[in-house]
Amino acid sequence: MELPPYATLGQKIWHYTFYFICALIFLFLITPILIIAPLSFNAEPYFSFTEGMMAFDKEAYSMRWYEDILANGMVDPEQPRSWAMFREWLWMGLSPMHTMPEGFFSDAWENAQWVRAMKNSFFIGFFATLIATALGTLAAIGLSRAEMPYRGAIMSILISPLIVPLVITAAGMFYFYSQVGLSQTYTGVILAHAALGTPFVIITVTATLVGFDKSLVRAGASMGAGPARTFWKIQMPLILPGVVSGGLFAFITSFDEVVAVLFLAGPEHRTIPRQMYSGIREQISPTILAVATILVIISILLLVTMEMLRRRGERLRGIRS
Amino acid sequence: MTDATATHGPDGLLLAADGTPLKAKLHQSMKASRRRAFGLVLPLLLFVLASFIIPIIMLLWTGVSNDTYASNMPRSAPLLRAWDGASPPTEAMAEAMVLDMIDARKAKTIGKVASRVNREQSGTRSLYTKSARRAAKMEAPFLDALTKADKDWSDLETWRATKIAATSLTPAYYAAALDYKYTADGEFVEQSEERQIHVKLFWKTIWVSGAVMFFCLLLGYPVAYLLSHLPAKSANLLMILVLLPFWTSLLVRTTAWIAMLQSQGVLNDIFVWIGITGDEQRFSLIYNLTGTLIAMTHILLPFMILPIYSVMRAIPPSHVRAAKSLGATNSTAFWRVYFPATIPGIGAGGLLVFILSIGYYITPALVGGQDGQLISNFIAYHMQRSLNWSLAAALGGILLAIVLLLYWLYDRIVGIDNMKLG
Repeated sequence: MELPPYATLGQKIWHYTFYFICALIFLFLITPILIIAPLSFNAEPYFSFTEGMMAFDKEAYSMRWYEDILANGMVDPEQPRSWAMFREWLWMGLSPMHTMPEGFFSDAWENAQWVRAMKNSFFIGFFATLIATALGTLAAIGLSRAEMPYRGAIMSILISPLIVPLVITAAGMFYFYSQVGLSQTYTGVILAHAALGTPFVIITVTATLVGFDKSLVRAGASMGAGPARTFWKIQMPLILPGVVSGGLFAFITSFDEVVAVLFLAGPEHRTIPRQMYSGIREQISPTILAVATILVIISILLLVTMEMLRRRGERLRGIRS
Repeated sequence: MTDATATHGPDGLLLAADGTPLKAKLHQSMKASRRRAFGLVLPLLLFVLASFIIPIIMLLWTGVSNDTYASNMPRSAPLLRAWDGASPPTEAMAEAMVLDMIDARKAKTIGKVASRVNREQSGTRSLYTKSARRAAKMEAPFLDALTKADKDWSDLETWRATKIAATSLTPAYYAAALDYKYTADGEFVEQSEERQIHVKLFWKTIWVSGAVMFFCLLLGYPVAYLLSHLPAKSANLLMILVLLPFWTSLLVRTTAWIAMLQSQGVLNDIFVWIGITGDEQRFSLIYNLTGTLIAMTHILLPFMILPIYSVMRAIPPSHVRAAKSLGATNSTAFWRVYFPATIPGIGAGGLLVFILSIGYYITPALVGGQDGQLISNFIAYHMQRSLNWSLAAALGGILLAIVLLLYWLYDRIVGIDNMKLG
């Protein structure tokens, strides 16, 4: 991409114009995601920057929407007092010496809407990931064997949850699950999310298995290790990065999924995206922005984890870039 | 020497240790390993079939078969199906109808039946509920009793509409999904102009998906080019800017676009501040088609950049250099050498974006407003609000057919095995 020293004026202009266009596209990609962070500290119940915020007035910023994440749905009548104490408690570095009003945390844990949504998200995500990763890894190992029959056909069936429009998937599951008594249950949502997550596990694990040297398994077997032992001691550690990143994909799919939840879940199974969905539709408040900011931070952490996994996988398999 | 002869059978075939021919033994072990490989895939295959494929097939089945009438009105349904639809209704039909109505009213299913028939001819809902209320007191001759309860029963069209509803296996819903009306005579009649909404909506969905694909290509191609030509270190750094949106929750990004685009939003504030527009006439960028297009392009852009990027990285830079050394100008070298080599990436990214956007639901539902709704939103509406599941299934069946066609195309052009993530 470097400009040669003999570049003409026209080439120079084109070169910098191209850089400028790319910068604009990157701005388009990243601005919406970054803009929500400052907006979530708004002291007013608006979705936009107030004049005070533009002037960096300290009064125009507040943590109230983050407090609202916890407060929303709590039953404690003395909340304002509790919040003052809660803030103090945070400032004191979560000191155990500082006493909070009795029942404050259990109230938040039991009744706050967003806390419940978070619990649901993690609960559903955990089991969906478990099913998707276990079944998906096994299937990927089978699929990457040369002697696998009907490989193409089976592969396209197993990848299809990724391709079929979510509305059709969710409507079909809603129709079928309500006949077998699984709609409005955790089981129904978990099964749905597991099915949606498996394609990711298959794709990532098959990709890792491409670089897998099968003679290692044969070497283990020739020294007397059984199939189970060669799997756990030789194959699994080597494909683990692929399995973990496939599992992460499956978890993210579940954590981010809202259409199946809209169709299958009852009010008590609301997940974070479902809560955001109704938040946007019904009473739009900056609390959603505060939640969104936290989610962005989580996805940054995930991105870093994935990158580290990728590098580790390449190092283990001896691919160096 | 004895050892060597021992491994040969009488007809000179190689034998394994247990005396069977080696070829058969090899075949046997191949079969066993094939079975083992299949055994590994089987659990997932069964799981996907049970939790995903079968539900969809069952939903699609309701698109051609609706037994709401036949199962709740068991006496009149066979008679109506046997009726030719032209001769006057018989007393037997009327009697069966009245008896069915009494039962259906007791079982509280008359409402369902009424709305089923109402879909074939509007206005029959009240006819059914009203007649069912009086059915218990009716006496023979029932045809006259029905007509006395409501004169619409003397109208042949009422009976014809009921005949359609009584037929469980019917192309009526697919016909409705394609803006045709299926009549009792088994003919397809075009719907009146103002009721032709579905085909228009399908075209709009395809059009919007095409536009999103085009915008993604327009924005994604330069970025992929830049990333693949920068030194690895800065490319990796910039890659984060592509991957972060990819990893961020769909709902978060949709929320972010609401904050950006609404009339008091960031973008409009900037426009007013620069002076492009006055404070009073801010642009309406969201809750319409524009908002859907912008948000969908942003959400699907990484799916376009990543495949193009991986293709571009594999193109040797010497090709363009060779073209230039043979006298090609920059633009000739780009359009005739570099660009054709990137077409596989464009195909992969474009098809993926198109497939994903044709079934989009959440973003249009949240930022689409009135005119930004796509076919998926309509399917969800019939599934959840109007409860016309059969029509939803028919619309879904057509959408699924389009998507599967594209999926097949994707498999042919790109190969599912080559699908990459992140």
